[in-house]
Parts: sequence; structure tokens; C-alpha cells
Amino acid sequence: MDFDLTEDQRLLNDSIARLLSDRYAFDARRGYQKSPHGFSQELWDKYAELGLLGLPFSEDHGGFGGNAVDIMMVMEAFGRNLVLEPYLATVVLGGGAIRYAGTEAQKAELLPQIVDGSLKLAFAHSEQQARYDLSDVMTTATKDGAGWVLEGAKSVVFHGDCADMLVVSARTAGERMDQAGLTLFLVPAATPGVARRGYAMRDGTRAAEVSLSGVKLGADAVLGTVGGAMPVIERVTQAGIAAMAAETVGACEAAHAMTLEYLRTRVQFGRPIGQNQVLQHKAADMLIEVEQARSMAMLAAMMVDEEDAAERARNISMAKVGVGQSGRFVTQAAVQLHGGIGMTEEYAVGHYFRRVMVFEHVWGDSAYHLGLLADQVA
Amino acid sequence: MDLRFTEQEVAFRKEVRDFIQQNLPAKTRERLRLGYSATKQDIVDWQRILHRKGWATYKWPKEHGGTDWSPTQRMIFQEENQICHAPEVNGFNITMIGPVIIQFGTPEQKAHILPRAANLDDWWCQGFSEPGAGSDLASLKTAAKQVGDDYIVNGQKIWTSTAHMADWCFALVRTNPNARKPQEGISFLLIDMKTPGITVRPIISIDGAHHLNEVFFDDVKVPVANRIYEENKGWDVAKFLLGNERTGIARLGKSMERINYARELARDVRQNGKPLIEDAGFRQRVAKLQVQAKALELTQLRVVSKVASDGKPDPFSSLLKIKGTELLQDTAELVMDIAGPLAMPDWAQELDSLNHAAGENEPLIGPDWAGYAAPPYLMLRAASIYGGTNEIQKNILNKAILRL
Repeated sequence: MDFDLTEDQRLLNDSIARLLSDRYAFDARRGYQKSPHGFSQELWDKYAELGLLGLPFSEDHGGFGGNAVDIMMVMEAFGRNLVLEPYLATVVLGGGAIRYAGTEAQKAELLPQIVDGSLKLAFAHSEQQARYDLSDVMTTATKDGAGWVLEGAKSVVFHGDCADMLVVSARTAGERMDQAGLTLFLVPAATPGVARRGYAMRDGTRAAEVSLSGVKLGADAVLGTVGGAMPVIERVTQAGIAAMAAETVGACEAAHAMTLEYLRTRVQFGRPIGQNQVLQHKAADMLIEVEQARSMAMLAAMMVDEEDAAERARNISMAKVGVGQSGRFVTQAAVQLHGGIGMTEEYAVGHYFRRVMVFEHVWGDSAYHLGLLADQVA
Repeated sequence: MDLRFTEQEVAFRKEVRDFIQQNLPAKTRERLRLGYSATKQDIVDWQRILHRKGWATYKWPKEHGGTDWSPTQRMIFQEENQICHAPEVNGFNITMIGPVIIQFGTPEQKAHILPRAANLDDWWCQGFSEPGAGSDLASLKTAAKQVGDDYIVNGQKIWTSTAHMADWCFALVRTNPNARKPQEGISFLLIDMKTPGITVRPIISIDGAHHLNEVFFDDVKVPVANRIYEENKGWDVAKFLLGNERTGIARLGKSMERINYARELARDVRQNGKPLIEDAGFRQRVAKLQVQAKALELTQLRVVSKVASDGKPDPFSSLLKIKGTELLQDTAELVMDIAGPLAMPDWAQELDSLNHAAGENEPLIGPDWAGYAAPPYLMLRAASIYGGTNEIQKNILNKAILRL
């Protein structure tokens, strides 16, 4: 058991913190949000320079051979600063799918482009009817000579609007809810028949609805085995949960810090409101929940690379519940303790609140994962 | 960062578990499994078994008969004792007075007190709280006046756990009523419970049992040689004592053991024609407690490893106390709720008087475990009150970390 960061991790942490404190003030962020894809291309290039985009990839593919703890650090920092760039979508989700399922040729071609910042990805898996059920896929891929034709629609695809390439799941066999029969495809966004409708999420990050009609792909577009994508989809989702759990911890930490500052400076009845014990105790409860969430985000990071699939799924579910519930508590309390100002668009605390709200509503909310865990009680 | 237990830690856990399973008396094990408190004899026997192995004083420095276990090992040891239904070593002896004597005692005190505390030849109790000094401990009034080579002690302590079975009491007394700050007029005395003038009166708690006492001091003579550290510096000793070992405060192993026990019971108990363990609401409740236990386990490991690297107690131990006691309470409540109506008769009380009268063993109403299910729930309401109420713990978090 060892909770210390390595020297490299400390250095990396410092340089991310420096970059974000220089470039990610709340007002600057608002500027980035107004650009066409809702983030800063310049910062994206900076992340590439810093090596963040290559963190989880092997050195053979231009990466840095990092692990889930490295990703956790990056995501925590991104959470603290409400970062808008498509890091999760490109590096963790899309890049993860290629890392887990790609052939050596696919990895050699695509991963270096992620590392240098020239390729943005999105993971187009969930569909409108699916809610949190990973196997609920209606998009189909039918054989067309040596290649495939995709037909269907994907929903709430993180950063689907700016992605150069989509990792799309489609049914090549079986019925709507079957675990088997799913296949992943690498779909360049410019492929005829791909249409995207981009929008901002409640927290200001971008997503898209993606429709696929008569999308013709070559045989080499298949990522992984035909009909056997489910384990990969699960792993990518779990990696996403772990990364976003860390981001949530960062957001909670920042919301808590802002709240403490507010309690120290806001004067009512002739004294700072933080001198009221009822508010001190609420702030202490927030601290407790931030730390419990941090523990659970660490658990998720540790479990991302666990080989035992059942053990991995169980622990990731625990982390999703723990971080989800703590995150809800902390950010709701942050808005409450701020009073009226916490309700305003121009103030950051409400943005942290919404970032965490989005986390809670992707890949299974706390109730959903608690249900999965409850099913295993025996 | 590597959050997995090392191979050595896993092996250590197995060594501890094997030892407990081979050496814990079956009667004790069964009593604790049923949720009953350990008797004095259970604790004495077990602590002596551990002491022979060199493990009773595991928190003490090696040169005083302790171990050189890492904080993680200590945590594993405590957890395994709890999970395997072993009594915990007497905390007054091992966690409180032992370390105080090691830190502040004279060579004579060390030579005499430590071996007897380790082997539970002396049972210690703690004379801190008073009727007017609970959370505000420094306002205590029990007075000690020096006359010749003795202090004459007058006053009253309250909530004194196990005073009725104790041989010795370490107590905070006021030696200077005119000190500038209340903390500055307090001394730390070791008091022989057989001294004339001491009266112990039981307080029966809401679980119907006798854990707590009032202790009255009426012109009790205590040799000045029994003072620890300097006169009027007793508060420093108390602070050392309270801050010395807080990592075990969450008693997480106990909560884990209760969750396992509840699952075991719920497989047998039926509700609406099927085992309770198949009830969706029940399963959710268990799953939620499992998630909370997992989070606390990791937080505890983080706190423990931090204590390890800088040597100082961590204000985050207040977090462990709050979350740990909440979990203890919730898991005890879960077990009681499984027993349902059969947990409600206070038949054990009746039995006591019945058995006294008739000299025979009447059975409990319903299964044994159900008869024992309510008292732990009742008794553990105290968990968020003792050792500094959970509200005081939040004040500590505020003072040390939030600084509002």
C-alpha cells in the first residue's frame, strides 16, 4: 500500500496546475466556451506539448506508458478548473477503445496522432432508448461485400461534434438487448452518411447526436472482433467512470474551497457567516464527503486495470455510487451555503454543481449501480 | 501510488487470522458473534493469550515489549480481531495508560505499571468526565490539594466505563483553581481504586447493562508520587493520550463483521414467504453499507499512511471517528431490524432474576441471536457521544482544517 506520488507524477501535477492556473481562470473559460466547438484549440496543443495526450499509451506509439493514477491526477486537475477540452472523449474513451481492441496496425496509425494532438475521437455508443443499459444497441452494421454499412443513431456522444473520428458500436448479430453480436467501428467523421448535431451540455461541455445512414465502411474499419465488442465497451465505460470520478473529486474540492472562502468573507448580522456553527458543521460534512469521494476515485483508478472482470465491475460500481452520492452532497451544499450568488450563471460554483450533475447521469447513476451491487448481495 | 496490500501485508493478515482462529476460546467467539459484549473474563483471557504471543502491546514501542509493526499492520491486526469475533484488548491499558507511562513515567513507574497493564493484572479505567465537564472537559472541578506527600482528592467523575471492575484509575484533577486558563490548573493522577473514600455507583444504560459508573471521591489520599508529569501540566498528558492512537477509532472491522453477520442471518430469516436476503430493499441497504465500508477502509488507509510518514496525529482521525461510528450504528441497527419483533422482548433481564430464583436455565424467546440483537444497537448510540461527540469532532475539523 503506497499513497505517494512518484517524482514524475509530482512534476507532471505541478506543470498541469501551473498551466491551468495561468490559462483557465473562470473568465478565460467562458471565452473558450464561446468558440465553435466549445473549447480552446490552443490549450489542446499545450496538452500535447506537456505530454498529457500521450499519457496512457505505450512508448512504442509515442506515448508515455502511464497508468490510471496518472489519468486520475490529470482529471482531478481538470475537474478543479472545469476544463472543456475533449480529453476524456479522445484519450480515455476513444483512445481507450483503440488501446484495448485495436490491431497493431490500427494502434501504430492512430495512437501517435492522438499523442501529437492531431486526432480527436469520440466514443459513440449510447443510444436514446438505452438509458444505462450497455447492451441496448439498435444501430446495425450489415455486411456489404468485404465492408459494412451502418444504420442508426447515437445519443449524447461526448465531444461528438469536434471529433475527427468516431468509435461507433453497432449490432452485427442478435437482438436489441443481446450482449453478444456487438461490433466497434472506426468511422471518420467525414464519411458520407454521418450527420452530427452538436450542443452544449448542462455543464458547458459539448456533446452531439450522431445519425448514421447508409454509412459505408471498409473491412479495416472494424475495431476488435466482430460480434465480440461487449467486453471492450465495458472496459472503456469503466475507464470513463474512473476518469470522471477523479474529475468529480477535483470539482468537489474546488467547490468546497470556494465555499470556505465565501463563508470567511460574506458578512451578515455583523460577522462572517462562517462563524455560525451550523454552517461550520455543514462545511465539515462537505470535507468528509470530498475525502470519501477521493478514496473511491482512487479505488476506481486502481481497478481500471484489474484483470478479473467481475471484481473490476463490482469495484467500479462501488466507486460510481460513492463518488456520485458524495459529489451530489458536496455540490448541493456548496450552492446552498453560497445562497443567492450560488444560483447565478456568472459564478463558478453553479458550474461545479452542474459538472457533477452530469457525471451522476452518465454510465449509470448511483441508484443504478447500487442496484447492480444489491443484485450481488448474498 | 499503489493501493493494493503488499504480499507481506497479505501474509501478515493470514498469520493473524490463523492465530486467532486457533487460539480464541470458542465461548468468547460465540458470545461476540451473537452481538453480546465481551465479559471481563473474555477480555482478560484473550489479552493474556495475545500477550504470551507478544501481540497484546502491539501499539507500544519495541523496547517496551511492543512490536515494530507498520501502521497498516496495526490496522490489519485490529481489523482481524474484530472480523474474527475476538474481544479488543483493554484500551485503557494498552492505548491509553501504557503509552502515557512510556512517554511521561519515571523508570520505577515503567517497571511496575507496564508489565501489569500488558498482562491485565491491573484493569485501568479513565476518570475524565464530570457532571459539569463533558465536551468541555477542561472545566472539570474534582479537586486535589497537596497535604504533605499526598494529594487529598474530592469530587465526582461520571460515565466511567468499567470502573466497577477496575483496579486503578487515571484521572484528571484540578490542582490550581485560580489558573489563568482552566487547562493550566489540571494534573494527571494514578488512583488505586481500593483507596478509602472512593465510592463507585452503577449507571445502567439504555441497553439494560452495566458499563458505566459514577465515581465519588471523598477525602481520597493519593501519593504525590502517583502524579504523572508536572503539577498543573495534566492537560498536556491528556492531549497526548487522546491523540496517541486515533487510527483505530473507526472500528471498521467490527462494522464489516456485522455486515457479514447480517447477510448470514438474512439467509435464514423469511419475509413474505422468501428469505429476507432476496428482498430488494434489504439488499439495497446492505449494498449501501458495503459501499460506505469500502470508502472508509480506503480513507482509513490514507490517514494511517500519513500518520506513518510524519509521526503526528492527524485531524482527519476526526473524520474516521465520525464515519466509523455512523457505520457501527447503522450495521448494529441492520442486525436488529433483521430480528424484528423478536429483538424487542427484554426477556434477558427477566431471565436473570428468574435464573437467580429458580437456578435453572430458561431459554430465550426466539433464537439466541434475536434476543441479543437490540442491546448493541442501544449501546452504540453512545459511539457518536463518547471520545468527543461527533459534533465536537466537526468542531475539531473546523479548527484544524477548515479554519472558519
